[in-house]
Amino acid sequence: MKTSIKKTLLASVVGAGLMAAGGAYASEHPVKLGLMLPYSGTYTALGEAITNGLQLAIEERGNQLGGRPVEYVKLDSEADPSKAPQNMSRLVRGDNVDFVIGPVHSGVAMGMLRVAKQTGAITIIPNAGLGAATNELCMPNVFRTSFSMWQDSYPMGKVAYDRGYRKMVTITWDYAGGKEDVAGFKEAFTEAGGEIVEEILVPFPSTEFQSYLAQIGSLNPDAVYTFFAGGGGVSFVRDYAASGLKDNIPLLGSGFLTEGNLGALGDAGEGVLTTLHYADTLDSDANRQFVAAYQEAYGKVPDAYAVQGYDTGMMLAQALDKVAGNTEDKEALIAALASVELESPRGLMSFSDSHHPIQNVYLREIRDGKHEVVDVAYEQLEVPDNACKK
Amino acid sequence: MDLAFFGVQLLNGLQYGLLLFLIASGLTLIFGIMGIINLAHGAMYMIGAYLVWDLTMRLGNFWLAIVIAIPIAIVLGLIIERLFLDTLYKRDHLYQVLLTFGLILVLNEAQRIIWGGDVHSVPVPAPFDGSIQLTDNLQYSVYRLFVMGVCLALAGVIYWVIRHTRLGIIIRAGAVNRDMVEGLGINVRTLFTLIFSVGVALTAFAGMIAAPLTSIAPGMGDSILITCFVVVVIGGIGSIKGAFWGAILIGMAETFGSVLIPSLASMVIYLIMAAVLLVKPRGLFA
Repeated sequence: MKTSIKKTLLASVVGAGLMAAGGAYASEHPVKLGLMLPYSGTYTALGEAITNGLQLAIEERGNQLGGRPVEYVKLDSEADPSKAPQNMSRLVRGDNVDFVIGPVHSGVAMGMLRVAKQTGAITIIPNAGLGAATNELCMPNVFRTSFSMWQDSYPMGKVAYDRGYRKMVTITWDYAGGKEDVAGFKEAFTEAGGEIVEEILVPFPSTEFQSYLAQIGSLNPDAVYTFFAGGGGVSFVRDYAASGLKDNIPLLGSGFLTEGNLGALGDAGEGVLTTLHYADTLDSDANRQFVAAYQEAYGKVPDAYAVQGYDTGMMLAQALDKVAGNTEDKEALIAALASVELESPRGLMSFSDSHHPIQNVYLREIRDGKHEVVDVAYEQLEVPDNACKK
Repeated sequence: MDLAFFGVQLLNGLQYGLLLFLIASGLTLIFGIMGIINLAHGAMYMIGAYLVWDLTMRLGNFWLAIVIAIPIAIVLGLIIERLFLDTLYKRDHLYQVLLTFGLILVLNEAQRIIWGGDVHSVPVPAPFDGSIQLTDNLQYSVYRLFVMGVCLALAGVIYWVIRHTRLGIIIRAGAVNRDMVEGLGINVRTLFTLIFSVGVALTAFAGMIAAPLTSIAPGMGDSILITCFVVVVIGGIGSIKGAFWGAILIGMAETFGSVLIPSLASMVIYLIMAAVLLVKPRGLFA
């Protein structure tokens, strides 16, 4: 946990034609990417998936960005908010990275952004769904290739109402991420005319759900909406199924409830409905190619986290091509990043004024241990970001 | 709150409490008799769960996996005690805390290297994979009842050993006055080795039988460790009886607290601990 992994990896030099484009930033001068992701603890799998996706994207581009080789500086964030400012400073001031990529955990994001504000370091958030990061704070040097809690859960509110559910119970952990997610769902569900009869908050990160399941049983709602992630997601879905509640009360959730956890869920996950900005079963050329390449490189099916890492790489590639590898002119670089449009494995993706992705959100149902896409729950959803409107 | 709901929660609280007891019993023995605050106790709970998951996947049989995993856990406890703790007995408590904290890091990292960062689960094993209907829409897994039975049986065995055997007399005496026990010509070193490996095996075993009920993920032992320290402090350090009633109390408090006073859910157990310490500063049964 304590040891921060700092691995430096010099990628190979590329063709001479591209070198010329680099101008003063000759190819021997690498683009430094500072990865501030969890490589230990609960979120290890997420940090690894994001790193894998990012490296895959850059490898596909011949290990170069804008004609310059790439150097990775990896730092274990330990998903520890208290260490975030210090770690971020180390990357920006100590290692002099051109871009910081991270974090996974919203708590860490707040600490990082403080330093990003002071130093102006260009930061790309490949996961943390904390709304404020790209809305209220509205920092020109901060981008997000992931989602916000609101964006992934809002579309589910209407889906639930359209399926005929009127009285629902929500349950999540008592922390910012969970509450923001449930708030998005609630907003759309109550707008449509539904009613949330009980909002259950479980102390974070407890996975003892038995007493809450009994409570849900006695409330007997039309359906349940939930947000848990990682081990908590697996525990909740399995406990929900084992308690027999699933037979009578359908389980709806954020995509993160089941993302990356299908194997561990087993039969318990069958029929669970979730909304997310990606599904590995998406039927498009871009996704099929991505899934095949990822499987070949890492021997497993990619999840949303891997796509977020991959799109971070694609975004960097597109922007750095546009500025011909010049990372000195920050203003031009930020403008190039903001204008990126990707034909991503997740579908079309562009960026709003607040540097938040505008993307599709898909309704997915687990069938035979796979996330089958039932529908596009919301097409090209833009997060309302009044704080940052131009 | 109707009667059925109350009954269901009672069952939930009891089951959670009994599992806590299994983990806390090892902790309180090691703490009370050896004077060692074993921070790595939670990590051993995690190792137990991962071991049984790994072996179940390899062998296809949960019960066989448990039979093989228990000796592995005991040996691991032996190695840790002989190799590391043994050299620190004469040192200050702080050294031991530092060592066991270091062990958390080492065990967590070992887990990551061996098993990776993914979340896993163990299917509920036959013949306990059924469930019984409790209310109109709520079922209860038979395996949970089985776990309760196992915990109760183990509690009985531990109680019997402590109360009615020669070894038990030594353990009880050791918890009260270690120096005197040594002065009476009892080989404390052997006793320590035994206590530590049994204590570690108990928590690892708790991880094993809890595996089908939970998700197996990195860091799963960290949060349970804190709860178990609360149990030990409430019950009285070194007291098995205290660990038992402390665990039941905390199990009930968490279960009912989370439903009846949700705004205080995360504080309930600490409030209880504070209240107990005010009245009985050394714990309920010390």
